[in-house]
Amino acid sequence: MFHIVVCGGIVPDPLQTLEPVKGPTGWGLKNEMMLPSILDPWASHALYEAAHLAKSAAGSKVWLVSLGPKAKLQQVMMTVAQKAPFELVVADGPAGGFTDSSEVAAALFAAIEGIAGLDKSKLLVFGGWQSASRGAGSTLQILGEKLGVVDQFQGVDKLTVGADGSLEIMERIEGGAYLVSTCAGAPAVLGWATGELPEPPNNPQVGMANMRLVMPALQKAKPAAIDAAAIDYKSVAVPAQKRETRLVKDTPVEDIARDIIAWINS
Amino acid sequence: MESVLFLAHTEADAGLSKASLEALTAAKSLAEGLGAPLSVGLFGADVAGAAGVLAGCGAASFHGVSGEAFGQPRYATDAAAMEALCKAAGATLVVAADDSRVSRALPGVAARLGGRIDAHVTAVSAKDGAPVATRGYYRQRMQAELSRAGRPWCLTVSAGCHAAYDGAPGQVAVTAVDVPVTAALTRTAVKAVIAPSADEQTIRPDAKLLFVAGAGWTKKQPDGAPHVAEAGELILGFLGRSKASLGSSKSLVDMGGEGEAVLPFLSHLHQVGQTGATPRHPKGLATCCHGEEPHVVGWRFIAERRAVNLDASCGWAQGKADVLYVADAFAVMKKINELLG
Repeated sequence: MFHIVVCGGIVPDPLQTLEPVKGPTGWGLKNEMMLPSILDPWASHALYEAAHLAKSAAGSKVWLVSLGPKAKLQQVMMTVAQKAPFELVVADGPAGGFTDSSEVAAALFAAIEGIAGLDKSKLLVFGGWQSASRGAGSTLQILGEKLGVVDQFQGVDKLTVGADGSLEIMERIEGGAYLVSTCAGAPAVLGWATGELPEPPNNPQVGMANMRLVMPALQKAKPAAIDAAAIDYKSVAVPAQKRETRLVKDTPVEDIARDIIAWINS
Repeated sequence: MESVLFLAHTEADAGLSKASLEALTAAKSLAEGLGAPLSVGLFGADVAGAAGVLAGCGAASFHGVSGEAFGQPRYATDAAAMEALCKAAGATLVVAADDSRVSRALPGVAARLGGRIDAHVTAVSAKDGAPVATRGYYRQRMQAELSRAGRPWCLTVSAGCHAAYDGAPGQVAVTAVDVPVTAALTRTAVKAVIAPSADEQTIRPDAKLLFVAGAGWTKKQPDGAPHVAEAGELILGFLGRSKASLGSSKSLVDMGGEGEAVLPFLSHLHQVGQTGATPRHPKGLATCCHGEEPHVVGWRFIAERRAVNLDASCGWAQGKADVLYVADAFAVMKKINELLG
């Protein structure tokens, strides 16, 4: 039996064009509140893995803890809530990538500390190993330290739970290899990569059950105090990447093949 | 006054990785730019040999945490070792490689020390007497230069951004730092490292060419049937001849989980893009891939880009590739393999 806390923020839909702008509270994205958002992709995988684990370990429960603007979270939850059963815990604050990971970890810690009935001896903290916004890869570790959890794993693609509650974890390491570790059991922090599970289909019944708790969670969300001055940004810019693409068409295959080989060898 | 600490762990052969030597170059140039002393902190089963490799780096001091327990890549012992090394060196700035082992534990160390961390930094420099780091945001879609007042400030440096340190080896005195290994630190144990054999390994970080296979390889061909087995032979044949590194789009690696025909040698580890890797290679060749933005963000560090696709208006044609060959990738790769012998 596990108490699984999944930490996941929201990020702009990856198909959107992003442009940085500096506002009165620091750097953000142009029209940030207007951009369609999704649950962070790697955090989504963590949520699916958490739901799968909770289903197989009787008595387990999943909480999704998210720092973000309430209005945006409400939109995203309309979809996410149909994917897996969970209870939402909200810290009302900025979701952008320019916030400091230590500040975010502190906000998540405060939210987790407020979860009634959370048994830390059974605690598994899940999340994405990096976000698609800040990409820090450091928030979960800092959160783990605040929670006093020193068994931590990052880039996780597989978790196997033994009959005695022990954990076997496969983490991505350099060169396409995996590190396989065993851990005595909970508590532990797992930053997930893509995991092994496909995205679950929408389940309206799960969505309806989740949404009964989502709206109250959004209503009672406490503002998170995020210090925007923790990082002094000297500049933020989109690198110039536009290339002059040369189209090669109506050309014999052999000519194309020779051109590519010459380029590879050049 | 600032004090720069270079942190690294030893590898299985008791040496240092190329990524660590690159991070040392970054640490060294930062210390020189700031006029700050540089120190070295090493941890692992035995650090003496690695310290000797760094003898000529100009460090004012060398500290080491060694012992069997520190030979394992494990959060608890790695964090304890790095915390002790930071304290022993009295560092205000900590620089290390952003490999899996350091990335796993250094953020926790920053938290323990009351400091801050910025990971995946691509450049560090001194500007107006203050340290400045450069890193990407939103999966490398934008870049920022940043500084911090909080100390210690930990920085992990991405591989491929600096030349590897190559100074003369020698003898150095390493000050041993004692870190008690308690039962709480060893609840986790390393069981194995699973790595494909050199022949089977298709992820080659040091390759000059990234070869990306897109979902088109498994789609129906002009005869109305998919040719997945032939696609696999063509791709593996090319990788064997060119020694390129294999990457993939998300849609292709996801097909396995959706019950569609798949290329058996592809896994999520090959995925390049928004939820995959951002590899560093001088050249990249995409095949049967439409060049959608979530995939192309993973090409941030691919200098020269070419693509083979039947769609002349695909994403690659929209300023994302240098050359787009509008052609059948099956035919092109078959001919390339023939020509490469």
